[in-house]
Amino acid sequence: MSFIRKPNIAYKGQRTNALGLSMRDYEGGMSTLCAGCGHDSITSALVQAFFELDIEPHRVAKLSGIGCSSKTPAYFLSTAHGINTVHGRMPAVATGANAAARDLYYIGVSGDGDSLSIGLGQFAHAMRRNLHMLYLIENNGVYGLTKGQFSASADLGTKAKKGEVNEQPPIDPVKAALAFGGSFVARAFSGDKDQLLPLLKAGLKHKGFAMIDVLSPCVTFNDHEDSTKSYAHTRQFYHPAVHTDFIPPAEAITINYAEGDVVTVELHDGSKLVLCKVQPSYDPHDRAAALSYLEKSEAKGEIVTGLLYIDENRSTMHAVNNSAVKPLREIPYEDLNPGAAKLVELQSRYR
Amino acid sequence: MKPTDTSNPDYFHKVVDCQWACPAHTNVPEYIRLIAQGRNADAYMLNRDSNVFPGILGRVCDRPCEPACRRGRIEDKPVAICRLKRVAADLSEDIRDRLPRAPAKANGKKIALIGAGCASLTVANDLLPLGYEVVIYEKLGETGGLMRSNIPRFRLPPAVLDTEINAIIDMGAELRLNSPVESMKSLLDEGYDAIFVGSGAPHGKNLELPGRYDTDRIHIGIAWLESVAFEHVDSIGETVLIIGGGNTAMDCCRSSLRLGGKDVKVMARKPRNLLKASDWELEDAEEEQVEILLNHSPEEFVIDKGKLVGMKFARVEWHDDGSGRLKAKTLDHIVLPCDDVILAIGQENAFPWIERDIGLEFDQWDVPVVDEVTYQSARPGIFFGGDSAFGPKNIIWAVEHGHQAAISMHKYCHSQSMTDRLPYGVNLASTKMSIHEWSYSNDFDPAERRLMPHVSLQERFKKLDIEVELGFTFDQTVTEVERCLNCDIQTVFSTKLCIECDACIDICPVDCLTITHNGEEVDLRGRLRAPAENLEQDLYVSEGLPQTGRVMVKDENLCVHCGLCAERCPTAAWDMQKSDLVIPYASDEPVCPTKRKAG
Ligand SMILES: Cc1cc2nc3c(=O)[nH]c(=O)nc-3n(C[C@H](O)[C@H](O)[C@H](O)COP(=O)(O)OP(=O)(O)OC[C@H]3O[C@@H](n4cnc5c(N)ncnc54)[C@H](O)[C@@H]3O)c2cc1C
Ligand SMILES: Cc1ncc(C[n+]2csc(CCOP(=O)(O)OP(=O)(O)O)c2C)c(N)n1
Ligand code: SF4
Ligand code: SF4
Ligand code: SF4
Ligand SMILES: [Mg+2]
Repeated sequence: MSFIRKPNIAYKGQRTNALGLSMRDYEGGMSTLCAGCGHDSITSALVQAFFELDIEPHRVAKLSGIGCSSKTPAYFLSTAHGINTVHGRMPAVATGANAAARDLYYIGVSGDGDSLSIGLGQFAHAMRRNLHMLYLIENNGVYGLTKGQFSASADLGTKAKKGEVNEQPPIDPVKAALAFGGSFVARAFSGDKDQLLPLLKAGLKHKGFAMIDVLSPCVTFNDHEDSTKSYAHTRQFYHPAVHTDFIPPAEAITINYAEGDVVTVELHDGSKLVLCKVQPSYDPHDRAAALSYLEKSEAKGEIVTGLLYIDENRSTMHAVNNSAVKPLREIPYEDLNPGAAKLVELQSRYR
Repeated sequence: MKPTDTSNPDYFHKVVDCQWACPAHTNVPEYIRLIAQGRNADAYMLNRDSNVFPGILGRVCDRPCEPACRRGRIEDKPVAICRLKRVAADLSEDIRDRLPRAPAKANGKKIALIGAGCASLTVANDLLPLGYEVVIYEKLGETGGLMRSNIPRFRLPPAVLDTEINAIIDMGAELRLNSPVESMKSLLDEGYDAIFVGSGAPHGKNLELPGRYDTDRIHIGIAWLESVAFEHVDSIGETVLIIGGGNTAMDCCRSSLRLGGKDVKVMARKPRNLLKASDWELEDAEEEQVEILLNHSPEEFVIDKGKLVGMKFARVEWHDDGSGRLKAKTLDHIVLPCDDVILAIGQENAFPWIERDIGLEFDQWDVPVVDEVTYQSARPGIFFGGDSAFGPKNIIWAVEHGHQAAISMHKYCHSQSMTDRLPYGVNLASTKMSIHEWSYSNDFDPAERRLMPHVSLQERFKKLDIEVELGFTFDQTVTEVERCLNCDIQTVFSTKLCIECDACIDICPVDCLTITHNGEEVDLRGRLRAPAENLEQDLYVSEGLPQTGRVMVKDENLCVHCGLCAERCPTAAWDMQKSDLVIPYASDEPVCPTKRKAG
């Protein structure tokens, strides 16, 4: 971490967005993470994504559990809503918040420990419900905050900083998400913002649960030579399968995709995702094929990244429950609380 | 792009915009830090090394450093570099025992300096400590050249001049006042080992218009200012027109106000943005209620019964004539009444005292041909510097000419090649003290530029020599020093240590770092995190990075030297290192010891 705050310098020629805000207006408090932590890079990509999507910071709710990764919501969008919940329990709080105020952008930031160890159950059910939110797992293979114990995403055979070998198989959040019903499943790397940024934007605009497993090296406890979650290892086995471009509504696709193997997905707000398949046979709409592709690549040691699965048509929690279209705060009090008499009437139906 | 060669001293020097822009390459950020620490004498001495006259320049320098200052690109106003120099000079303790001294033994070489202006005085300053016998010939009865005869006392008090000039003369120069050199030939006959011509550009330009010689109320600016300075003139009419738009015009109008002028106008031919006067001189004149009339082209002096009563001007409009040159179009005419007219339309060199048959070459404008590196004329052993060399410039240029001429004269007197000069060098040293601790104040301070306090308008006209600028207060100084961005604390990158974690890129408050694939400069400039549109500022490009082969690119334009990239870097691939420019002076040039006659 640094001891001086990043100064706010309104330098000449600084970019502003449609709201007249600069990127700096999307930042948060001074990061207390270790210098070089992948999580800080993801924070900076989030800042850029919200800025470029012209999202008003107060229309956003940030949620997290416990961990270094879960600390990061403090470092972006300081004027957004936010809550730092109990370890592994963020999805439950997100569900409640989303149920009450469905018109906000929800972003959950979690870690591999927070989501795949203590919080696996909550993580699974949020996907099953297709909660409308962007959910990031900042995945470093360790419990960074508690000094580097292996997490449930640590690969078989990977070594800890002091040499001990991990002998339990990992839980791959991408495969888990495919299994549990995630409707937007992607993997990215904190060290490749060209890929991460469009995925974040797409995830924010996706209707339903968007899960992005972001490999995010822990420089302090898991960036050594025999680690499979280090910067160097990730780069060596990095294997983008699908390249995503995010095109805002009303903007034409100007990039010339020569390869031919291009799929365009239109999101509910009119923005488009152009998926350019680096791996020609890959189909991001085919869940079974995605799973089998991941299995095969994993056997070869490849780290597959990109938007690996998307289903824009799955019903979200609100649709399934047929809940009110308006956020609860906009519904008059009398309608929200019809009174004691109505309650008695309702209860009598169950006698 | 090829990887940047930071071993070339120019690379890091150029990042220090102020030092690069200063003709004498004054180490600005270091002296500002010294002032911040209250080490005013050290700040003074550091200034003196390169610019010789910190007290004078801290008041009246043309300050080419300020428009160059990086702070002016981040926000509107540069650091008040010049004002801080004055703080160092005003608050410095007695530094007399720290001044260079002449050695006990002379080196047996004798040189003549013509004129006692800043150019000659710099040569004396550099060569007296090396054992030269220095004789200064001065036409006037006082030292200082235009600094004393033309720059008015309300801008530059004589006491400041005396202190800094005497510091040099007292090293042992032989000063011959009231001794104009009237023939170069006869001076040559006196057997000097080398001669330096620092005689300035003493001729004020004339304006040949109808009526010019029908009155004695038309004055040549620089001659008139000299008469004022030496108290030969102590009054002027109530209505005065100053012709010209440069700094001389500003000094003439403000002097007029102090000698009885009530309605003083500056008449300029050009529009405001093309006036030669510095912004601050224009502002100071306007503060004193001088009216500056633009686009007025003088046509005729109006004389009535042998008396100057006014002046006729064409009011003009300027147009581009298609080839990029401005052409004036007359709109109408106007006559303005006046009692006196002062012509401040420029100066020229004049060398009636140099014979044309002694080996010096003169060009088509009758100006001597002078080498731009050695400052030697066509005749070996005769050197020029200051306004006499390449026409009127300013004090700091004259000082730099003096330094360079001194190196040449030193080498010449010891039969060494004058083109074989010591190069500039740069030393780098890390400023890291411990984790999160740097040996400079790296936090960005958003304070705005402090404004110089002035003597009130009621007070300042009471006498001719009331210095208008009061100097920064303690509080102003404390704030202003923190505005300096420490541009000499360089961001130094070690490619092989970088793990491409993006930490530096994310933290940089002005978005000047990018990791990307390499390309040609034009392409690369457009692809950076913030496009690098200032083409005058370099891009730093690393070698291929270890993990991906991409390159680290830094746009030098807006870096505020906050050191956050280095703080954030987990591998110390970025370090903040202080660059110290090594400027060679005459005393650094190794010359073989002179053979001396025994006994
Ligand atoms: C009105 C005015 C205001 C100015 N204000 C500023 C300012 O604010 N800041 C700034 O940086 N610059 C200013 N300048 C410019 C600056 O004064 C000159 O560029 C600088 O003084 C040049 O120094 P020099 O040593 O070359 O010559 P000078 O200062 O001109 O000195 C030359 C000396 O040589 C003497 N001399 C000439 N001929 C002979 C001879 N034959 N024999 C013996 N002695 C001789 C002269 O009497 C004079 O003393 C100003 C100029 C003018 C005219
Ligand atoms: C209920 C509970 N159990 C255990 C802990 C201790 N704890 C704090 S953070 C953490 C793991 C965090 O790992 P991860 O989510 O991967 O975050 P990282 O620090 O690696 O980003 C644990 C086990 C806790 N805070 N609360
Ligand atoms: S311990 Fe690891 S995860 Fe936590 S801040 Fe440091 S580098 Fe990041
Ligand atoms: S900020 Fe300081 S070091 Fe940088 S150019 Fe300005 S005065 Fe010089
Ligand atoms: S010192 Fe580093 S972080 Fe600070 S402005 Fe310069 S490049 Fe950016
Ligand atoms: Mg973790």
